[in-house]
Parts: sequence; structure tokens; C-alpha cells
Amino acid sequence: MSSIGTGYDLSASQFSPDGRVFQVEYAQKAVENSGTAIALRGKDGVVFAVEKLVTSKLYEPGTNKRIFTIDRHVGMAVAGLIADARQLAENARSEAASYRSQYGNPIPLKYLNDRVSMYIHAYTLYSAVRPFGSSLILGTYDPDDGPQMYMIDPSGVSYGYFGCAIGKAKQAAKTEIEKVKLGDLTCQELVKEAARVIYLVHDELKDKHFELELSWVGKHTDGLHVKVPKNVQEEAEKSAKAALEEESDSEEDI
Amino acid sequence: MAFVDVLGNSQLSGMDWLNAELSTGTTIMAAEYNGGVVIGADSRTTTGSYIANRVTDKLTRVTDHIYCCRSGSAADTQAIADIVNYHLEFQKVEMNEEPLVETAAKIFQELVYSYRSSLTAGIIVAGWDRRKGGQVYCVPLGGMCVREKITIGGSGSGFIYGFVDSGYKENMSKEECIKFVSKAVSLAMDRDGSSGGVIRIGVIDGKSPEIERRVICEDKFGSL
Amino acid sequence: MFEVSALHNFGFPANSLDLLGNNEFQTINDDPIGHFHTPITTATSVLGLAFDNGVILAADTLGSYGSLARFKNISRVLKVNKNIILGVGGDYADFQYLKELVNGKMIGEECLEDNVPLKPASLHCWLTRVLYQRRSKVDPLWNNVLIAGVQNKTPYLGFIDKLGTAVKDTVIATGFGAHIAVPLLRNGVQKKPNMNKQEAEELIVKCMEVLYYRDARSFNKYELGIITPDEVQIKGPISIKANWDISQYVSGYE
Repeated sequence: MSSIGTGYDLSASQFSPDGRVFQVEYAQKAVENSGTAIALRGKDGVVFAVEKLVTSKLYEPGTNKRIFTIDRHVGMAVAGLIADARQLAENARSEAASYRSQYGNPIPLKYLNDRVSMYIHAYTLYSAVRPFGSSLILGTYDPDDGPQMYMIDPSGVSYGYFGCAIGKAKQAAKTEIEKVKLGDLTCQELVKEAARVIYLVHDELKDKHFELELSWVGKHTDGLHVKVPKNVQEEAEKSAKAALEEESDSEEDI
Repeated sequence: MAFVDVLGNSQLSGMDWLNAELSTGTTIMAAEYNGGVVIGADSRTTTGSYIANRVTDKLTRVTDHIYCCRSGSAADTQAIADIVNYHLEFQKVEMNEEPLVETAAKIFQELVYSYRSSLTAGIIVAGWDRRKGGQVYCVPLGGMCVREKITIGGSGSGFIYGFVDSGYKENMSKEECIKFVSKAVSLAMDRDGSSGGVIRIGVIDGKSPEIERRVICEDKFGSL
Repeated sequence: MFEVSALHNFGFPANSLDLLGNNEFQTINDDPIGHFHTPITTATSVLGLAFDNGVILAADTLGSYGSLARFKNISRVLKVNKNIILGVGGDYADFQYLKELVNGKMIGEECLEDNVPLKPASLHCWLTRVLYQRRSKVDPLWNNVLIAGVQNKTPYLGFIDKLGTAVKDTVIATGFGAHIAVPLLRNGVQKKPNMNKQEAEELIVKCMEVLYYRDARSFNKYELGIITPDEVQIKGPISIKANWDISQYVSGYE
């Protein structure tokens, strides 16, 4: 993005001569400024983990959550502008509710992903609006089709994933996630991995405090998206910190 | 109404069909068996006591693996079936997947319930999907919707509740189930003036790409 | 055009159900534009009784189509959340509509993840508004609703009829039950003012038995909903053990 705009970056409805839409790219930049969010898809469910940065000790703990429940069976983790993300969560919720009332069963994630992607994409087409400054990860578990997961970025493009990361440390997180044998692990095991990845990629020098948000949806929760129970969360954080210590010890040995 | 005034009781005059609505005063039925569902219906459409169509097909396709059995007003039920068919075809391309029987039943219910005071439609929805296999749903007049192992409908059904309740077994074989449905429908046709003609049978399972149809004519009723 | 008295057959939904009385066909002909309907598939009484630390509801599993016992195994006692259970009588299609409405509301509530579950008095109030708005459109939802729960550690039992009339009491029964079960229940409460769960259950079961003897639209299978501060239980279907001994003492008619 070295050319910086040159007048073609003022509207989402205008291409630059080399075929780019700068407003969308800036929106993606906004996502990369936020704390990291990851999701891991194992053999029996999806685990979400978010590094929620806390910029002041004066904030109440637990505010501005970045993991949302969209419908009983769908979870969503976000990175980027929280206010934008909330609007997208509302949109996703109304899509899920209208599917339920029209067809009498829970919305398939593939379809929800299509609808939300379309909505996000629509905001990259007009000069009167600004694209959403957030990326989302949607996940669910279905007894017939197993766990499913999608990530949507501000351009409205989405892919299905086994493991994915968004936010400032997405590269480091992806590298770390690639080492995990996702398909073999259960949610109970993945939640530790997820916590470990977030602790690992957290930049203590730049960001200091953060809250780890953990949630899951899987076979063991009856297909419901819920917060990870307190004791499991504590356990996961403990083992994440231990793994981190171990890693820094071995580095010193070299 | 002029006919009624001049000739007195329209029933007795035999002219009631001039005013009556075209309706499938019917016997319809659907039952789950161990591999799918069997649906059945008579073939009579009446306007009052005149048989407007003696070879009606009341087993109506909504998708390849979901059918409905229609009773009530012919016009209403055809219109509803067409609308549901439209919705499900649309959903099929949107989702790239065969629609669920439950979904079809829910759309039928939505229509019958929303317009319950202007429709006369009692519908059975039956079919097969990969999630729950063979399923039967009943959407009667008021627009409720329940899943049942076996369900009967139409004016003729009132005569065969006893037969159906005592004779239906879960997990029948296909031929056993076809025989049971045929027998039940034939008994209803025997006693209900608004049901008659031939028995139409349909079998839907997950294996064949489309419904298997059979027609049973009057001469075979005795040996059912 | 519209008379409250014509709609208000408080005690007996069954009166207006008689299919053989051609009620609904007449309605269709009289009102071809259609903004008025009569119940088609109906369910009979719902009983409710508050005991020392909770509430018990009972309703049979029959869906009647006029006098035809059409659906023998339908449920109309449902859990809303850990604070509330509902029991509904009257038109079953309208009940299914209400159930979806409440379900949608609950999903909305759960998505908030604020750990402030809906309380019975709130739902009672909300449902009263829903039913009253419908009666005001001259298109009532043809139901009697019992709302049971525990609020501030005290049992809560509320009732709404199809006109949106709200009532609170410790003993409520709808339909035929209002005539047959209420005296039995009140009598039981008078004899033993602070019943425990087991005593309440025994009394309710007795009432269901008597209703089975005397309500021609009742059935020998029923469900119980029991709510206490500790748990929500939907029990059933339970079969009524009817006693026909007296038939032995009767022969002839004088």
C-alpha cells in the first residue's frame, strides 16, 4: 500500500487504475489493528479464542465482548472495530431468526455465511457507505455434518477453514495453529491449544493487559454455542502459561 | 343461489354441483416403513355429488423426494402445492442440497396457518431426506403441523381410524406397508361417497431417484 | 360486528369447536375476506397449582378435531428457561405459533449472554400484551395460557385467556378444569395450605383422573411440568390409572 491513495482511496465505489479498492484495503488494516481472534475446528466441534486487549485498568472486566452467540448453534468471534462487528452480529442474528421462522429448523452455517458475506460485500460497493472494519469467524456443530467454520473479511470474501486467525498477530497465530493436528483433537484438547496460541502471540511489551475469551460449540455441548466453563477456562489458561514458560526456558538454553 | 330458491333443496334436485366448489372429498394417507414412506390416495374429485374427475392424481410432487397428499378444495391445495414447490426449488439451488421434509411441512403449515380463514386445505406431507429418513407430517385445516408415523386425511379417513390404529406396525417392509395402505384406502372408498375410483400409491425412499408409483384398480380391491 | 360476549366463552373452548356444528364453514362463508377464525384442532384443560417452593402444571396429550380424538400424543407443556414453564390449551395451531414466538424471544434473550434470565412475571405480562393485541385486531389467538415459575424464591402462577385477560392465583385451571378441577384443588389447598411437591403432584394427578372421567375431550395420557428453584422437570406422558369398579354396582337404569 505504498502508493497510498493518490486520490483513488476516497470512495469504496471507485477502483484505482491498478484495479484496487483502497477503502476495502483500509478496512482490512483496521482489522489488523485489533487483538487477535482465532478459531480451531476439531473432530467434534469448534473452539473460539479471543485476545481482548484491555487498554485501561479503569475498564470494568468483561465488557465489550468479542465472542457473540448468533443462534443457539452458531458462535462468532470478531476482530476489528467492535461497533461494526456488533452491527454484523445483529444482521447475522436476524438472518438466523428469519430462517428459523420460515423453514422451522436451525440455519445451516453455509447459508448464514453466504448471507452475511453478501451483506458485508454490499458495503464495498457504494460511495455513500464505508466498508465494515471487521472480520468475523463463524462456527457451528451439526450432528450430521460435523463441525463447520467460515471466516469473512471486510471485502465480503469468505472461506471455510480448519483453523484460522484474524487480528494483529494473525500470521504468528496461523503458523502456530498449522502445527496442531486439528482433525484429531477434541474440543477439550483444542481449548488448551487455543489458549496457548493466544498467550503465545500476545505482545506483552506493546499491549500489556488482555482478557482471554473462550467459547465452544460441539458434540459435548449438544450443538449449543456456549462460553467455556470457568474451571475449564482456568485450566486452559494455567496450561497456556506453563507452556509459555517452558518455551522461554528452552530458548534461554540455546 | 337462484337454483336453490326455485327447486328447493339443492341436494335433492341433484343440481348442487352448479354451485358447489370443486373439491377433493377424499381419502388420503401416508405411513412410514423401515426404508421410507408409502403414500396413498383415492382418485375422486367431486363438485357436490357430481364426479368432476374420476382419475385424479392427489399425490403431488413438491421435490423429487417430497410429496404431498391433497384434500379439501382442489384449487386451494393445487395453489399451495405450487407455492411450496417454488420455495423448495429455490431453496434447493440456494443451498445446493435437497430440502428437508420438515422444511416442506413447515412451509405448508405457514401457508395454511396464515390463510386459515380463507383456505380449505388438509394436507399430508411425506418424503425422505438424509437427516431423518422417511417422514410423515400432517397439516390439517387450522394450520397446525405434527409429525406422525402414520396419518390419514380427507372425508374418507373417518371410516378407517379403527382399522389404521389396530393394524399399523412400525418398521414394516415396503410391500407390507403398501398392502396396508391400499387396504385402508380401499375400505374408506367403500364407505365414503366422496372417495372412489382407483387407489394411487407412491413409495419414496432414499435409494431411488424418484417416487415409485402404482395404481390399483377396482377389480383388485377384493384381493387386498 | 364484534361482541366481546360472543368471543368470551371463557370456560369452554370446546363449545365453539364443534366441527359437526359447521361452525368454521359458516365462518368461512360469512367472512370470505377472512379475519376471523375458530379453533380447529383443540386441546382441553390445563391445570396449575402452586406448592411450598414451586408450581406444578398438568395437561393431557390429546389434540381433538371436533369430537374426534385426532392426535393422541401432542405436547403442550413446555420449558421456556430455568425460571419458566408454560401450559397451553385451546387451538393447537395457535399454540404452535405462540411457541415459536416465545422460542424466538428466548433465543434473543440467550444471545445477550447477560445472565439475566427472563422471569415468569415478565413473560406473563408480555404474553398478555400479545394476546390482547390479537383480540384487538379481532383475530384472537384461541388459547388459554398458564405461566408457571419461581420468582424471588416464591412460586408464580399466572393465567391469560384469549382476550388477554391476565390473572394471578395459586390455583388455576382452564377449560373444563375451571369447573371440575378448581373445586378439588381449592379443597386440597384448604385442607393442607402449604403442600410440598409430592403432595401437590398427588392432588394434580387426582384432578387429571377426575377430568378424564368427566371431560369428554380429555385423554388418559398427560404431561406434568414441575418447576422449583432447583430444577425444571417436564414429566410424561403419564398414563391415568382409571378406576371403573363402580360399574360393577350398576345394572339397568333405575
